[in-house]
Amino acid sequence: MAVGKSVQRVDGVAKVTGKARYADDFTMPGMRIAKYLRSTIAHGRVLTINTSKARVLPGVDGVFTYQDIPKTKFATAGHPFSMDPGHVDVADRLLLTDYVRYMGDEIAIVVADSDLTASKALSLIDVEYESFQPLVNSEDILGDDAPEIHKGTGNVVKTHSFVAGGNLAEVREECDHLIEGRYKTQIMQHCHLENHTAYAYMDDHQRIVIVSSTQIPHIARRIVAEALDMDVGLVRVVKPFIGGGFGNKQDVILEPMVAFLTKKLDGIPVRLRLDREGGMIGTRVRHPFDVKVQVGLDKNGTIKLINFDALSNTGAYASHGHSIISAGVAKTHYMYPRAVYSCNAKTIYGNIPSAGAMRAYGSPQMTFAIEAVMEEAARLVGMDSVEFRLQNGARSGDKSQITKKPIMTCGLLDSIRKGRELIGWEKKRKEWPKVQTGQLRRGLGIAIFSYGSGTYPVCVEPGSARLILNQDGSVHLQVGATEIGQGSDTVFAQMTAETVGISFDKVHVVSAQDTDVTPFDTGAYASRQTYVTGQAVMRTAKQLKTRILDYAEIISGLDAELITIADDNIVIAETPEIAVMSVRDVAVDAYYDKNRGGQITAEVSYKTRNNAHVFGCTFVDLSVDIPLCRVTINEIYNVHDCGVVINPLGAEGQVHGGMAMGIGAALFEELMVDPDSGRIYNNNLLDYKVPTIMDIPDLGAAFVETYEPSHPYGAKSVGEAPVISPAPAIRNAILDATGVAINELPMTPKSIFKYFKKAGLL
Amino acid sequence: MNRNISCTVNSKSMTWQIDIRMSLADLLRQHGFTSVKEGCGVGECGACAVLIDDVAVDSCLYLAVWADGRNIRTTEGESKEGKLSPVQQAYLDTGSVQCGFCTPGLIMASTSFVEQHKGQKVSREQIRKGLAGNLCRCTGYDGIVRAVEQCIDAEKK
Repeated sequence: MAVGKSVQRVDGVAKVTGKARYADDFTMPGMRIAKYLRSTIAHGRVLTINTSKARVLPGVDGVFTYQDIPKTKFATAGHPFSMDPGHVDVADRLLLTDYVRYMGDEIAIVVADSDLTASKALSLIDVEYESFQPLVNSEDILGDDAPEIHKGTGNVVKTHSFVAGGNLAEVREECDHLIEGRYKTQIMQHCHLENHTAYAYMDDHQRIVIVSSTQIPHIARRIVAEALDMDVGLVRVVKPFIGGGFGNKQDVILEPMVAFLTKKLDGIPVRLRLDREGGMIGTRVRHPFDVKVQVGLDKNGTIKLINFDALSNTGAYASHGHSIISAGVAKTHYMYPRAVYSCNAKTIYGNIPSAGAMRAYGSPQMTFAIEAVMEEAARLVGMDSVEFRLQNGARSGDKSQITKKPIMTCGLLDSIRKGRELIGWEKKRKEWPKVQTGQLRRGLGIAIFSYGSGTYPVCVEPGSARLILNQDGSVHLQVGATEIGQGSDTVFAQMTAETVGISFDKVHVVSAQDTDVTPFDTGAYASRQTYVTGQAVMRTAKQLKTRILDYAEIISGLDAELITIADDNIVIAETPEIAVMSVRDVAVDAYYDKNRGGQITAEVSYKTRNNAHVFGCTFVDLSVDIPLCRVTINEIYNVHDCGVVINPLGAEGQVHGGMAMGIGAALFEELMVDPDSGRIYNNNLLDYKVPTIMDIPDLGAAFVETYEPSHPYGAKSVGEAPVISPAPAIRNAILDATGVAINELPMTPKSIFKYFKKAGLL
Repeated sequence: MNRNISCTVNSKSMTWQIDIRMSLADLLRQHGFTSVKEGCGVGECGACAVLIDDVAVDSCLYLAVWADGRNIRTTEGESKEGKLSPVQQAYLDTGSVQCGFCTPGLIMASTSFVEQHKGQKVSREQIRKGLAGNLCRCTGYDGIVRAVEQCIDAEKK
């Protein structure tokens, strides 16, 4: 049995020995280096651009500006193509621009024989700008006389509005308490350790090969074809090992450009690799939200309504902007699904870096607001914070107010009970003084979350797998899914071993994606791979098993119904200790017998038409140093219901990593924009505070296992959800310790000082 | 301007003619030691950490000419005859590998820490201080601390 075991990850040895090759570890003779010329203003127009000196610099192959590029606007969001015209992504980008929308916008690009020559050539380009006032704050962006960042939009990308589960005005009348709050979240950056990088070359006069650090090779292929007006079949995207993505590589950022450059330069290999400083402004960031929320309760503390008025700033280009806030609202409504849920959401453009997908896609921002206001609500009605959530949180059988479908499995309440026990909530509540004084105060906090497994029914959810039986009885597994570090290749190998009946180490996973070869899958996002691609892997494994047994019947004369596969052998189903022959024997015969057989393979492409909801919570015990405005986490636990855990060690790693990112969001991280110039102050890893090992305490991860009936192995998602609830739990614990409600992220000493000062603590 | 340097990389003697402006990270990568990763190029992230005379150093900030006469170790050289080093194995046992991009640098920093604290009792706080120069965005560092602990405990036995 391979499923449910902490097997060693299939790419583990490659990674600890340094043998794993990432996009920058491949090179080709004659490979050229491309570099962007980025704007030095945040908003305005390029009046003139003079590239004549750069063009004649020895070693320069080409200089391209907005004048040289295709005039087809394209969308970059890494979504599958939508057949619904009302649901297509926003096509608002060209390869290069003369209308500058953020400081760092790409206005020209140089290709040269080396990094140094390319940098020198950039310094020889003269640009004259007409500057406009950068629009950074929402009041300015939506002001009556604000210039339009994209013509015809009024600076609004999209609005969403809905009421689910009842009549808002009527339910509001019935409420005994109405609580309101306003919560703001910051711009964050993914800070995957491997920067964005890609190179491209041509095989002949038509075919372009792109090697890229991407979460979405098959989607990238389509978008490159759209941007360059080519047939999809002429574009090949290869994904080697990827040094993390967290959503930032669920966007097509460099691929169209490298494809364009190699096409312009007669197919020579061209690499475009962003440095950290360029990547932190020139890729994607997390959307900052400004959420006004109202909660209505009856006198028993039962939540009757949750109503939002939410604003999201997507920055210079739409990217995923139109869908992040709607996904955030939809996925969080499973936390308290018996209340009327209503929302007015607006996504706007601004002269700041483009925001796109980032781990949990809008849910962390919404959950910060929801779990903050719920804490206020619990305190208002005098209920214990945990009891309040146990009373109001989702249970199995609750129906979604939006889709009207029942929640199949829900371990929320069990996870809350487990977290309460782990942190010692009741004991600490009894032992700690009711009101704390002094400089160092301790607090307990809880926040819950809900999330999805994939994007259905909003997007199509295809997964594909192919299995090939080798001569030695091992198999090669090809999937269209994208391993980016989350461990998907390993769980697919576990599923294959389990279902075919062979050992885990006999499953070889083809980790590199190559859209010319690997079957179709939309990639790594929305915590979809185990849940969605797993469906295809199971079906393919079943098909392979049937084919092996059918062939074993031909060889052995035993009816295929009577035999099965266990421990790499063909065995009698009723008495599995009796081995008839090995899987290897079957394979050798199939490959080499002169009169029968042939290579045994299986392949299934399967569209998942379900979405399993995951639940859980964070519990935290922390200390607040009042004079220093500093928070120290003493204990922190995330408890997850992600269905059956396929690989406990891998799942724990996902939870730990998400928690650390959540702690970063709570206490440290913010990409800071100068409101006057639009300049980013801290686009590097020194000034942008990614938590170091010193900043992260020991982390506790726990699971309550449910069996999800819509998945062949009972699994649900685990990748993104761990990042959602740490920040609100920490916020609630600071409130518990000090009586001060901090309503914006991050809760750095600078921001805490402001609140403590106002509350008279300092 | 070019200059000749001689150094040892993973126990093998090397003589290279190099541009004096080159970083050690670029030199090692050019010669196939691609475990040396560049995450920032300016000493912020630690992904390019190698051991120079057994001390963990960000090779992006270290000029290749300074490596003359030095003994350099990279992750490629840590496993011998197909057997992983104790630190490499501990990283796998504790689930400390995800995307793997920070892993080679962290393994070298951890190796240096373990070797320097042989037979000593160390606290988690000391381990954290020892690895404070290496960023990891995937794991939350929890397994990494346990991996180093596991190696130190094994040394004591």
